Amino acid sequence: MLHIITPGILTTIQDGGRYGYQHMGISVCGAMDEMSFRMANMLLKNDEGEAVLECSVLGPELELGEDCLFAVTGADMSPVLNRCELKNYHVYLGRKGDILKLGSARNGARSYIAFAGGFRLERVMGSCSTDLKCGIGGWQGRKLAAGDELELADPKTDLPFLYKRYEDVALPQPEESVTVHVMEGPQSDCFTVEGITRFYTADYTIQQESDRMGYRLEGEVIPCRETADVISDGIVFGSIQITSAGQPIIMMADHQTTGGYAKIATVISADLPRIAQLLPGQKINFKQVSAQEAAKRARRQEKELRRFQRRTN
Amino acid sequence: MDDYKILPLGDRGISVEFGNEISVEMSRRVWNFCRCFQKEKQRGVLDVVPTYRSAMITFDRRKVNYKRLIRKIHACAGRGEVCGESRKIYEIPVCYEEEFGVDLEQVALCSGLSKEEVVRHHCKNDYLIYMLGFLPGFPYLGGMDSAIAVPRLREPRVLISRGSAGIAGMQTGIYPVDSPGGWQLVGRTPVRIYDAARKKPVLFEAGEYIRFVRIDRKEYGQIQDLEEQHRYVCNVKED
Repeated sequence: MLHIITPGILTTIQDGGRYGYQHMGISVCGAMDEMSFRMANMLLKNDEGEAVLECSVLGPELELGEDCLFAVTGADMSPVLNRCELKNYHVYLGRKGDILKLGSARNGARSYIAFAGGFRLERVMGSCSTDLKCGIGGWQGRKLAAGDELELADPKTDLPFLYKRYEDVALPQPEESVTVHVMEGPQSDCFTVEGITRFYTADYTIQQESDRMGYRLEGEVIPCRETADVISDGIVFGSIQITSAGQPIIMMADHQTTGGYAKIATVISADLPRIAQLLPGQKINFKQVSAQEAAKRARRQEKELRRFQRRTN
Repeated sequence: MDDYKILPLGDRGISVEFGNEISVEMSRRVWNFCRCFQKEKQRGVLDVVPTYRSAMITFDRRKVNYKRLIRKIHACAGRGEVCGESRKIYEIPVCYEEEFGVDLEQVALCSGLSKEEVVRHHCKNDYLIYMLGFLPGFPYLGGMDSAIAVPRLREPRVLISRGSAGIAGMQTGIYPVDSPGGWQLVGRTPVRIYDAARKKPVLFEAGEYIRFVRIDRKEYGQIQDLEEQHRYVCNVKED
């Protein structure tokens, strides 16, 4: 059992996402930073898609109701177990009555807390991910609140090769302007040549009104030929829409399934985890790559992840 | 036919685009494509989403055989054939009484009809479900009578109750969940369009039809009670 003392700003249960229902208008959701999420589960020998806690910006304070191994990955929220400072990407054994507390993010935006054996949760349409808009999945379809009690499915106190289940990993400190690699979007022909050039040269700043659904950006206006409104069609995690005001929105994990703004580009999958860790105020710029390059980067990332798994398992 | 485009949506999705218009013919092509594509399951394919003029396919790059996927898309998109034209019509009971049809008076005023006529127009046609999106189970419907087309509210409402039937421009629809929105509300259905706990979470699919059937407040209550006990079965007609 896990008792939530304080929930933090936005702590939700997330897994790999809810697939197979988008044709009904049901969003995928799932962990924003897929890399950190999978690494947390790898460290604990969980299924890679096991549900974890995703904590945004300011983490929660939890009391453990039983002994269990756990790990924290992603943003560094200075985790503390009772009075002992912990490191990210290290497996620790929490004892019954211990208090795990995460503070505010020192780098990055989201931390993931995973427990060996996972949570006991009912799957909704095949997934444990919290869908905040529909109020389904996770813990009662909402973000965690003080007093919530989550059940662990099969808490473990020992794992094979426990001695090597750690690595000193830190998210990179973002540069002044982070370069995000994108592929040409399905409606890039809606924009003027000048608009496209601006999109690939200007810096855009992530706005305060950015959340799990999408990041609103502000920078130089991108003019379109006639209208930025198109006949509604499909959206993926990473689609970049241009609003009627000429500003980009990057669609994130909780994105709606369809939308009617023209999509100028799509963030490549390998760069999504990086964006998921950026905060409002951060500047980004876009660089176009080919489909081959996108696939190459995805493969490279997957290899890195496998190497991490081999080193720590 | 090779008048379609395969557009990448990053490295995990593809949009198969058939044109740039909203029409029954266009949608038929999209649905036929989706049906053909889904006939056999392919490893790594996550979602197939029909929209007005394209089909979105998302996949797990690690599991999918990309070349096979593209071959399959070509094989299905090139087929012009139209499958059986049987129409599945869901009869959705709607109560148009004042309690629910809060904008009925306004719609009547706008269209120069009586409230009674607005309701009759709204119940008259069978509406084609072009696609589902925006909210879980929210149907984008076509086929509304232009006589009752009215603009959206200038100020959207903060909360529209689940089941509300509304009109916005040439569109009509039902809110499957509580949501903010700007459509003018003419009635409400006690039927749960969307229920996450159901085996089929959304009643209908793109390509099927909806017919609104007028009910009174008493019937509304009865159906609502049945829905609470998960015992209501929606009337479905095929022709």
